[in-house]
Amino acid sequence: MSTFRSQHSGWALFKGLAFASPFLIGFGVLYAWPILASGWYSLTDFSLFKAPRFVGLANYERMLADDKFWKSLYNTLYFTFVGVPVDIAISLAGAHILNMKLRGQALWRALIYLPSIVPVVAAGFLWRWLLNAQYGFVNEIARWFGLAQPNWLADSAWGGVSVLILMLWTVGGTMLIYLAALKDVPVDLYEAAELDGASHWRRFIDITWPMVSPVTLFQIIVLMIAFLQVFTQPFVLSKDPGLTAQSAVGPGDSMLTYSIYLFQNAFMFLKMGYASAMAWVLLFVTLAITLLVLWSAKKWVFYGNR
Amino acid sequence: MATVERHHMSIGQIISQVWRYGLAIFMALVFVFPFLIMLTTAFKPSGEIFSAPPEFWPRSWTLEHFGTAMTQFPFWRYLSNTLLISVLSVVGTLLASPLVAYSLAKLRWPGRNLVFITVLATMMLPPQVTLIPIYMMWNGLGATNTYIPLIVPAFLGTPFFIFLIRQFLMSIPNELIEAAKMDGASEWRVYWDIVLPIARPALVTSAVFQFVWTWTDFLNPLIYINDDKAYTLSIGLYSFLGSHGVQWGPLMAACVLFTLPAIVIFILGQRYFIGGVAAGALK
Repeated sequence: MSTFRSQHSGWALFKGLAFASPFLIGFGVLYAWPILASGWYSLTDFSLFKAPRFVGLANYERMLADDKFWKSLYNTLYFTFVGVPVDIAISLAGAHILNMKLRGQALWRALIYLPSIVPVVAAGFLWRWLLNAQYGFVNEIARWFGLAQPNWLADSAWGGVSVLILMLWTVGGTMLIYLAALKDVPVDLYEAAELDGASHWRRFIDITWPMVSPVTLFQIIVLMIAFLQVFTQPFVLSKDPGLTAQSAVGPGDSMLTYSIYLFQNAFMFLKMGYASAMAWVLLFVTLAITLLVLWSAKKWVFYGNR
Repeated sequence: MATVERHHMSIGQIISQVWRYGLAIFMALVFVFPFLIMLTTAFKPSGEIFSAPPEFWPRSWTLEHFGTAMTQFPFWRYLSNTLLISVLSVVGTLLASPLVAYSLAKLRWPGRNLVFITVLATMMLPPQVTLIPIYMMWNGLGATNTYIPLIVPAFLGTPFFIFLIRQFLMSIPNELIEAAKMDGASEWRVYWDIVLPIARPALVTSAVFQFVWTWTDFLNPLIYINDDKAYTLSIGLYSFLGSHGVQWGPLMAACVLFTLPAIVIFILGQRYFIGGVAAGALK
């Protein structure tokens, strides 16, 4: 009886929908409806206290002439296009170090991952202290090596670099994923290459890089999305993140990211129509870059032997 | 056998071992050193904190900053607020996400693939797009300044955890489930008594992630919570200790106390957790 019922397609559909119902409701309430509403808001003049009034594409047109919009977009793309490759490079190098014969694997991994579980607000304050021009350890170490000792958080040339440093402190997650990927590369490939007398570098280029390239593609997309949305790190590093329209986020607005400017428009200046239009531009920028990465993947991602 | 080999290491082996551990220790130091500064600053007397050049090790140790931090802002209240939100979010995630994951991994029904693709698509969507309408919704329901907007989403299934658990459930053999059904177990029995226990690593990973994310979340409490009695630690720390004239000792002490619970959860779950981070990406 029960087997008969379970093969009945109406009952199967009911069970499937019933088990999936939390997400089905969630999708309607937290995704489908808000996406439509956001599209509508982006075409309106709208604040918390005033009903939406249709203005056509005026919000999008206003962006073209908004210097802060361009500044925030530029900063965000700068963080993304510098941060993601550096993150990948550090992670891959670090994963190689951890993949050598070392005792206490669990401990090494925990130490590498530790910064990623420090709350971002705490990490932001910590790095404000470390980057302090006079009393901070970063400049102290720079002094040992005779390097420049900039006023990190007050000099517009270094504000962006400070944000990157804070974000790159948490590369541990990416590194651990690479470590798992390295352990999956068949050992006999390396043994064969070693017999052929291939150098470490050749083995990396010919074996490791192609074998981990699907993971690299995954990591680039995940990191890229995270960098394009960065909010809390620059918000905490910049001392008073633009509580008024005039005040800068970081020296010379060097820490003004897209998400911060969007947040300011929505919740400080109450220009919710404009902020919604910005959100849609962010969606299209994200889509465009993702498609670009996926398109380029055909040239460098290796799916053979899997 | 192994001990014999260890006693007869060649010079080359010793050099390679020193090189390996040297590199690993150097790298670990780069990651951990900033955290150690947080600790030592929290325990340094105020007079020692501002020394140029800075000194790493405190000459004397003090607990005064921990006391100061707790009197400058309602630390325990914010701690319990944050704990309440985090625990309820974990409960929501553990109730909802595995249900959906089971439906997508082990039940056969028309439309299943469409729902799975929808889950993947929502993972890619920038939260900024839905932020304002969702805010307007909670505001319209009078739920701003409550924890409802921070907790309810977890009870509706989080796409990332649905995906992670679904990938894990795919590896459970169908024969196991079929056999239980032959014995007359209902779908719910199969799910509750057979699938969930096997899925433990994926569930622990999701729970740890959810806890740490909610514990450390900044943007959502910033948007929804205006009443300073209802603040979470993130917002409380930011507005009380981070504003004008930062006192670094108490601030770092508060940061230590803020970080500690996340570390404890991480250590408790780490056996599953680190494997889970990698498994989610590789599958």
